[in-house]
Parts: sequence; C-alpha cells; structure tokens
Amino acid sequence: MTRTWQTAPAVGHPLTRIEGLDKVTGRARYAADIALPGLVYGAVVPATIARGRVRGLDVDAALAMPGVLAVLHQENAPRLTDIGEGTLFLFQSDRVAHHGAPVALVIADTPERAREAAEWLRVDYFEEPHDALFRPDHQGLYTPDHVNPHLPTVTDKGDVDAALAGAAVVVDREYRTPAQHNNAMEPHSGTAVWADGRLTLYDSTQNAYGMGQTLTKLFGFDPGTVHVVSEHVGGGFGNKGTARPDAVLAVMAATLVGRPVRVTLTRPQLFPLTGYRTPTAQRVRLGADADGRLVALEHRAAMQTSRLLEFVEQTATYSRAMYPADNLRTGHRVVALDVPTPRWMRAPGEAPGSFGLESAMDELAEACGVDPVELRLRNDTTHEPASGLPFSSRRLADCLREGARRFGWADRDPRPATRRDGRWWRGTGVAGAHYPARTAPTVAHATALRGGGYVVRVAAADIGTGARTALTQLAADALEVPVEQVRMLIGDSDFGRAQGAGGSMGTASWSWPVLTACHDLARRLASGEAVPPDGLTSTFDSTEAVGARRELARYAFGAHFAEVAVDVATGEVRVPRLTGVYAVGRVVNPLTARSQLIGAMTMGLSCALLEESMVDGRSGDFLNHNLADYHVATNADVRDLDVAFVDDPDDELNPAGVKGLGEIGIVGVPAAIANAMWHATGVRQRELPISPARAAL
Amino acid sequence: MREFAYTRARDVDGAVALVADNPGARYLGGGTNLVDLMKLGVERPELLVDVTGLPLDEVTEDDGGGLRVGAQVRNSDLAAHPLVRHRYPMLSEALLSGASGQLRNVATTGGNLMQRTRCGYFTDPSKPCNKRVPGSGCPAIEGQHHNLAILGASDHCVATHPSDLAVALAALDARVLVHDLVGPREVPLEDFYRPVGDRPDRELNMRDGALVTGIVLPPPVAGRSHYRKVRERASYAFAIGSVAAVLAVEAGRVSDVRIALGAVASHPWRARVAEQSVHGGPPSAAAFEAAAEAELGAARPLRDNAYKVPLMRNLIVAVLTELAGR
Amino acid sequence: MTVPELASTVRLMVNGAPHTLAVDNRTTLLDLLRDRLDRPGTKKGCDHGQCGACTVLLDGRRVNSCLLLAVAVDGREVTTVEGLADDEPHPMQAAFIAHDAFQCGYCTPGQICSAIGMLDELAAGWPSAVSDGVGHLDDAEIRERMAGNICRCGAYANIVAAIREVAGGD
Repeated sequence: MTRTWQTAPAVGHPLTRIEGLDKVTGRARYAADIALPGLVYGAVVPATIARGRVRGLDVDAALAMPGVLAVLHQENAPRLTDIGEGTLFLFQSDRVAHHGAPVALVIADTPERAREAAEWLRVDYFEEPHDALFRPDHQGLYTPDHVNPHLPTVTDKGDVDAALAGAAVVVDREYRTPAQHNNAMEPHSGTAVWADGRLTLYDSTQNAYGMGQTLTKLFGFDPGTVHVVSEHVGGGFGNKGTARPDAVLAVMAATLVGRPVRVTLTRPQLFPLTGYRTPTAQRVRLGADADGRLVALEHRAAMQTSRLLEFVEQTATYSRAMYPADNLRTGHRVVALDVPTPRWMRAPGEAPGSFGLESAMDELAEACGVDPVELRLRNDTTHEPASGLPFSSRRLADCLREGARRFGWADRDPRPATRRDGRWWRGTGVAGAHYPARTAPTVAHATALRGGGYVVRVAAADIGTGARTALTQLAADALEVPVEQVRMLIGDSDFGRAQGAGGSMGTASWSWPVLTACHDLARRLASGEAVPPDGLTSTFDSTEAVGARRELARYAFGAHFAEVAVDVATGEVRVPRLTGVYAVGRVVNPLTARSQLIGAMTMGLSCALLEESMVDGRSGDFLNHNLADYHVATNADVRDLDVAFVDDPDDELNPAGVKGLGEIGIVGVPAAIANAMWHATGVRQRELPISPARAAL
Repeated sequence: MREFAYTRARDVDGAVALVADNPGARYLGGGTNLVDLMKLGVERPELLVDVTGLPLDEVTEDDGGGLRVGAQVRNSDLAAHPLVRHRYPMLSEALLSGASGQLRNVATTGGNLMQRTRCGYFTDPSKPCNKRVPGSGCPAIEGQHHNLAILGASDHCVATHPSDLAVALAALDARVLVHDLVGPREVPLEDFYRPVGDRPDRELNMRDGALVTGIVLPPPVAGRSHYRKVRERASYAFAIGSVAAVLAVEAGRVSDVRIALGAVASHPWRARVAEQSVHGGPPSAAAFEAAAEAELGAARPLRDNAYKVPLMRNLIVAVLTELAGR
Repeated sequence: MTVPELASTVRLMVNGAPHTLAVDNRTTLLDLLRDRLDRPGTKKGCDHGQCGACTVLLDGRRVNSCLLLAVAVDGREVTTVEGLADDEPHPMQAAFIAHDAFQCGYCTPGQICSAIGMLDELAAGWPSAVSDGVGHLDDAEIRERMAGNICRCGAYANIVAAIREVAGGD
C-alpha cells in the first residue's frame, strides 16, 4: 500500500526493506558477484611464521604454473606512502609481523589456478623467536597515550583506594574475555579495474568514502582517481570499517597486470587479516555502603595489540558512564605481541567492559543482599560519572523496570542453585547496558528529477542495518512524498564525505544532511524554483552543525534479562529466554530496529557461550580459523527473544532524534547470562566463553 | 587444490583395480570430507574414482534378521529408512545428531566411517603432524587439544574420530564390508580402526585400494538404546563427548549392555570394562557410576581436556540411568 | 584405458535451462554457478561446507554446493535462488521479506533454498534430532532442521517465523 505523508508519515512505520526483493531473489550483487570482462583472480600467500623476514620466494616456479599471470611481492609492488596504517603497508619490506600476513599475491586466470599456485609458492624465512600469547601479567604491558577511538587512557576522580578501604562492602574481582572474530557471512573481497584513468574498486565496506581517501593517500593517486563502489555489504560488525588488505592487494594487482583483478579472502584468511576483538583481562573493584550505593568504582583492563598498529580497545570506558561513584578510576594497559592486529568488533570497549562491570555489580548485589535490578536503580544518575557532564537523556531506570515487568522478575527467589527442573538447573540474571550516541559529519545531496521523483545520494552503507530503508523513510517525510518516489543511493565514494557505518552512528550521522538537504529542496520547489534537465539538487554538509552542538553526554541505554538452563550432567548451557528493553531515541523503522536488536542479542549469546579464537603459541596463529571450529550461534541455539523500546525523546542529538542501536543489543548480554548462571548453579562465571568445560559442576 | 583426473567407477572390481595400483588415487563418495581435505591441501589426489554410481545404495534386511547397508547410502536416507528407525533407532539418532541437513544429504555411509580427524594441526599442512607426515611431531600435545583424546592416545597423536555413526555402529557390533584386490571380506568395526600407537598415519586395517562397500549389523539386541551427544552449541557441531548405549534389564538384572564412547579416542571406543562391570548387576546409579569410573580409569587427559573425564563419567551414568528408567 | 584428462565436459540443468560446459575438474558446483554461469545469487561464505550459504537444491534436495565437484554432478538438475520465482516471488521469498528474515542478505539465498528443501524432507516424514518427524512443525523443529544455515546477523527468530508461516500454509 502506498503510504502518503499526509495520511501517515513513513518514519515510525515498519516498512520492509527497500532492497528486500533483490536480496531474496539473488539479484543483489555483492563485491565478489560483480561480473567484469577479462576478470582475473588474486590469491594471497600468507606467512607461516609469526615473526621474522622473508628470505626468498620461488616466484619463477609459480610463474611457470598454468594460467599464472604474475606474482606480486615486495620486489615488484608499488611504493606506498606510510599513512600510519601498518596493516595496509603491504609488500614494502621483508618483515613478517604475524602469522598469516600476506607475503605475496598470485594472480591467475581462474580462481583454482590462483589458489593452487599460491599453495605451491615456496617461501623461505629467517624465523625469529616470537611472543604471541597474551597474559594479564605480561611484562610488556604499557600505558598507551589514548584508547580507541581517541579517548583518554586513564580517568581518576576522588580517592578510590581510600574509599575502598572505608567501604562497608567491597567486591574485587577479575574477569577474562577471549579473542573473538567478527566473522560476517561475506568474506572480504575487492575487485579493482582501471578505465579512462580512473580506478574503480568494488569492495565490501562499511565506509566507501573513507576507503577511497585511504587508498588515495596510500598509493599517492591524484584526487578523484579512486572510485569505491559498495552497494551491498554482507555484514561487517566492525571489521569492514576501514580498508583491509583485499582492497590494497586488488589495486596493486590490477595496476600490475592491467586487467580487472578480484581478491577475495578465504574464511581462514579473515582471521589474521581483517581484525578481531582482543582478549581482555579486567579487574573491577567496587566499594559500596550496606545498601549497595557505590562509593568507589575502579575498572582496569589489559589488552593486546600487534606490532603493526597500536589499537587499544577502550574496555574500561564503559565504567565512566554507567553507575555513579564519587571515587572513580579507569585505566587501560596494552602489550604489543607478534599477533594479527585487533580492531573493531561490535561494541568495541562496551562489549567486554560491560561483562566486567555488570558481572561485578551482580556480585555486589549478592554481597549486599539486594536484588540486582534494585541495586542498579539505586545507582542511577543524571550526570556522566567520570566527566560530570549532564546526560542528554537517560532512561536506564525505565528500561530496567519495563524489562523486569516483561521478563517476570517480580517475586524472583534470589537464592542461587535452588531451581532444579529434571536434568536442568535454571536461573535468571540481569545487566544494564549503554552505548554512546554519536553523530559525525556527513555530506548528502537531494535531487528532484525533471520527470518526477527524487534521488538522494549519500556515501552511507547498509551492512544489514536497514539504513537504506530508514534513510528513505526520513527523506520521504522531509520531502513530503510517498517513499516510492524516493531513490536512496548509498555505498559510493563519489557521493562525498560520510561517516562510516560503525559505532552505531550511521543513521544518526547520515540523517542530518539527508533531512536538511531534503527540507531545503522541498522549500525551493515549493517556492517555484524550476527543475533543470539534470535535476535540481540541494546539498548539505553537516560538519559545522554537528560541531556546534552543546557539550553533553549522549548515550543510548538498555537492560538485558536472561534465563539459562544448565545440564546437571554435562554442563551444557542453553538460553531459553532473553529480553532486551532499550531507550534509543526515535525508532525510525520498528521492523528493522527490532531485527538489529535480536541480531545483537544473538551475537551476545554467541559470544557468551561459544566464541573463542584459540591462539597456538607455537605458531602464533588462530588455530580454529574456520566456521566448524569457531562456533557462532546456530538457529538451534536461539530461543525466545523479546525486544521492547521505551519512549526516549531527546532534542540534543540530531534532527532525526536518533541514537543508533546496532550495538547496544550486545552490551551486557554476556553478563546477564553469566549472572543467570550464578543464579542457576551458585558458581560465578568470570571467564568467557561459558563452555560445558567451565559450566560443569 | 591440485589438478586431478576424474572417472566414474562402473563396478567394484574395476574401482579397486584403479585405486589399488595408484597411491595418488582416491575414492570419491559424497565428497563432504574428501573435497574439504583437498581444499585444505591435506589430500592431493591425482585421480578421483567416483563410486557413488555403484549399486551399493540399498538398505536391506538380511536372512539372519540383521541389516545390510550399502556404502553409498546417504546419511539422511539411512537415518530416515523405516528399517533403521524401527529396528536400530540409535543409528538414526546418531546420524541425525551429526553435521547438517545439507551435509547428511550428500555424505555416504562409507565416507562417514572413513572421515578424518578434525584436529587443527592435521588439517593445516603448514603445521607438523605425525598423522599427515610421520615423524614430524604432534604439536597438539603441548598446544591446543581441548577437543582431543583422553583414551587410547599415544605420545605420537591425540586425535579423535569425529563420526557419530561409527560410535553407534561400534555399540551394535557392526561389521564393515570391504572389497580389495583379493576380494570381499568382512571386518568387525572394532578391528577396522587401528590403534594409534606410533604410526598414527595408518588409521585403517585395509589393504591398499580397498573399498568399503557396506556395513552389516547383527539382528537387533533386546533392550532400549540411545545415542547422546554433547557439544558446545545446540546443533551443527562435532561432539566433545558422546555415548551410544543399549541396555536390557530382566528380573532386576542387566541382561545385556553395550556402551561405546565418541570424541574420546582416535576411533569409537567400545567401553568393555564398563559393560563387564554392569552386566549381571542391578541397573542402579551406583552400579553405573562404578562402571564409568572403571572404564575411565584408563583415561590420560591432557592439560586442557581433563574436563572430558568427568563429562564422560556423568554422561555414561546419565544415559544408562535414562535407559534403565524407560 | 584412455589418458585421464584434468578437465571434463559437464551437462547440467540449472533453473530449468540446460548448460554444457568444459570445466577444470577442480571447479565446484558453487564456483561454476557463480563464475561460469553468472548466477551469483548462491554465496560463498566459507567454501568448506561449514555455513550453508551455498545451499542449492540438487534434484530437489538441499546440498552445500561448495563441496560438490561440478564433474560429480554431471547430468543433474540444480535449482538456485534465482530459479525460485516465476511471475511472483516464491512464497518462501515473500515470507522472508514480510518477516524481515534477513539483514545483510548474504546467507539469505542459502536459507531460502534450505528451507524449501527442509519442508520437502518434512513432508517425506524424515525425522530430526528433535523428533521422529511425525506431527506438526514446531519452532524447535524448524531451528534444528535449519541449524546448517549460519546467520551472523542473527535473523534466526525472524527466519523461524517466516518458515512457520509457509509451513503452516502447506
């Protein structure tokens, strides 16, 4: 049914996805699906040592194999500009920084021939002793200058040690989370082709504009040379947030052989080459009065990074914004190892950090004899604890109360290990959640077409979030037309500067210039301005407007409730129910918003129970680098998921009133499950994943 | 993947003749394990002899009341076959607990028995592995082994066998039908797999080029049966421990008991010590616990897989208790 | 015996149309569909039968096309996601849209083909790890039977709802 803006606005309506028919019919083409005449294929040769140098490559033998066109390596690769992105500085020296690092790329006329030649290519190494194992007490741990993205490493308010010493109740615990991998269903793939002096790169990215800028600087191209196209993206969860080696290798290869080249990473290659969540070792100390009101909170975290790039996951920053304490200290340390480079994975910082803090709060509730929901209600606040900035809005209490009501929390017997149901121990748990609500500068263009209809261009990305659809709804309402009249074009670096799809700030960032440009266009048309043959366009760049906002603490909040069942004989853990209640500002599309949240909760469940990237210290690689041995949740692991929103109007965000919601659904879910495990069994789970080996009693 | 020639076998003798002479030849059944290993570079055959067209795709009752299953019967067809569901339900349970619907539609009975270990060192040719390259070492022993063996392993190899079907067949005293250059013969399943010893590369008691043509099951034993598989996620995962058991109780005494354990050794582990302990005694939890303890006395866990010992003990007790209570 | 060749001629029916191709014996059915026949609807998620994104229907049965050598399926009939709709989307495709049973869409062709194959298996009375295959299809059944199709976006709850709707109508 055609919706008209007069009868009912599109925003707030559960519109099915604009590209839905294309996706279910197989018409939607992803990066490795683009058909190009003369296409050839590049296969990566990964290093099999963790540290050292390449002494030599048997290039001649590879070149002699059938169909092999070229071998790209350190001696014939173009010289790149060092832009401080070590993971992309490929083939510039003979150094090997980690197992799996590319040491060559074989280019051949068929994928089978490229892969076979890559397998055969003999590489000789000077191998050096390496250190690939993270330990919480590693001698190499140091305090970095900042943590991801550009946050202070340390905050220190009041006197935590004195306050802890004087507190009525103290919780002092350590928590561990393992390395975990994003593992989007679509492997990274780049296809580069030169034509008329322009280089087009079809890639799968959360940020087409950013990728174009990166490649331009890296290769020293003239501005305007690179055109990145990424219409459909098969998931990212952070590790397609910036350019990855597939893009660089495809560009190098296409330049070398003068033909279109496709470089698609294999699933095992994704593990060392595209980023992952670092392991963390956390220590949380809480001091409270007898009623559970915090007087002291300290959260410290240790992580790893690679030798190529310092990326420090902001694990302890979660505790800067959640529960108030007059004495509050957070800090991070990191150690550089001979390992692949960790990067963003859904809710970097908040995901592991919430496991630490929300588990510790549950232990505090136990120590004080206070219900864990009530404990959090007693520790609510209107100002960001570490900075003192007022929250633009904070409806955590509403989320907790509504969640408790929906989940059936009232009359919960708080005693652990008292509910036995045949072969299962049963328990329930809760955790709070927050995620920063950021907005970043973006450019958008709205065009009215001569023959009718509208086209909006913005270098946004829809990685499964539904952003294309949400933006179409926003644009249609701003133009005061039905959605069918608006075509939303995204995923193209030619559309100008845009924030990437990450940090849950996609729709919040893109909607600003989309709305403004559309309003401006509507005003111009209403004032009688003529539409020229190639359309009438309004453009808006939100940089100044975003920067002019008041300094406030902007966050989305939520609460998660979990029920677990633990097999008494085997320790198998099942999660029959998860409830998530969220305050995320305006919900543009309730259908796709709910999908984002059930998806995030599913990933949270998976991270809590199943996911661990196992490092083999001897070789320095992730031994379980495939989808049979790295377990992500299957359909059979997910049972009842309940999602609800509480009203959360907030005028201090952006014109759309959007906070973003792609990541808050994973925050706190592992803690809620671990807390439910304690309720079921009486045993605290302070290390993830909660496998049968750990859960068995 | 190395280039290879492909041919379809027309008859069993012809297939065996092609493969027996050629160390670079492999039989291709459903391919769900072989093609996987070829992509990994673990298997690099130069000739594939496709045996899926051979007349080995039937499930029939034999004259003695047992069951004959052709090696080319697909896992899903075997699990759904009325003869199997009614007379050997544990076989169906074991099959359905393995892999996924798509894989079960392609994987064959013979291929299921022949599948290789999932050990991450075996499946990675860049790593040492005594099973792949004799004498190169076993990095799993000091490295990652959380799902590897606690029974029957050696200093040379701690791999486990990933098949669920084979565990159920072991409990049911299945025999493997093999055809080699000398002709057809029957091998009890427990003799089909070799102990690990110091040559983990030699997994099967078969002559070069031998083709598995089917399995034979004796008539079903009286009693209740169950296959229970423990895995880290609810489906589509290899076992971290499994039990196939049959239990018959008459006049308050265990009159028949068969127990086989999965994911604990390089091949299905027939728990004869536990069987002897239980047989003739009361079907009580205490008896089952004593039996499990006795069987697992031989366990030699590694640094990170010791959890399998109490897991298997609890699992044996839980399965036998459930069967006793039915 | 003839000299063995490293390539073969393969004849396949794909979505009702016959094709004859010379293939490198190493070519999988998945790569043949995507690269040789320009039918990229079927996706490569892992290339090792561990995710189900490559699921197609082979003579009506759901299979992982990444582990099937094209030469080994010579003479067979293949249905891919591109072949499900006629003038209208297949009811499963329509249900996936209505229930928002996908997000990034990459696993979706495999999910849909798998679901169609799964419902045929159910109609044939096949058992599963959850039940003996007799009786109505509850959510636990759908989840188990669809466990071979990984969705990292976590659309499972909606996938189950979509399949439940189609199954209920049968």
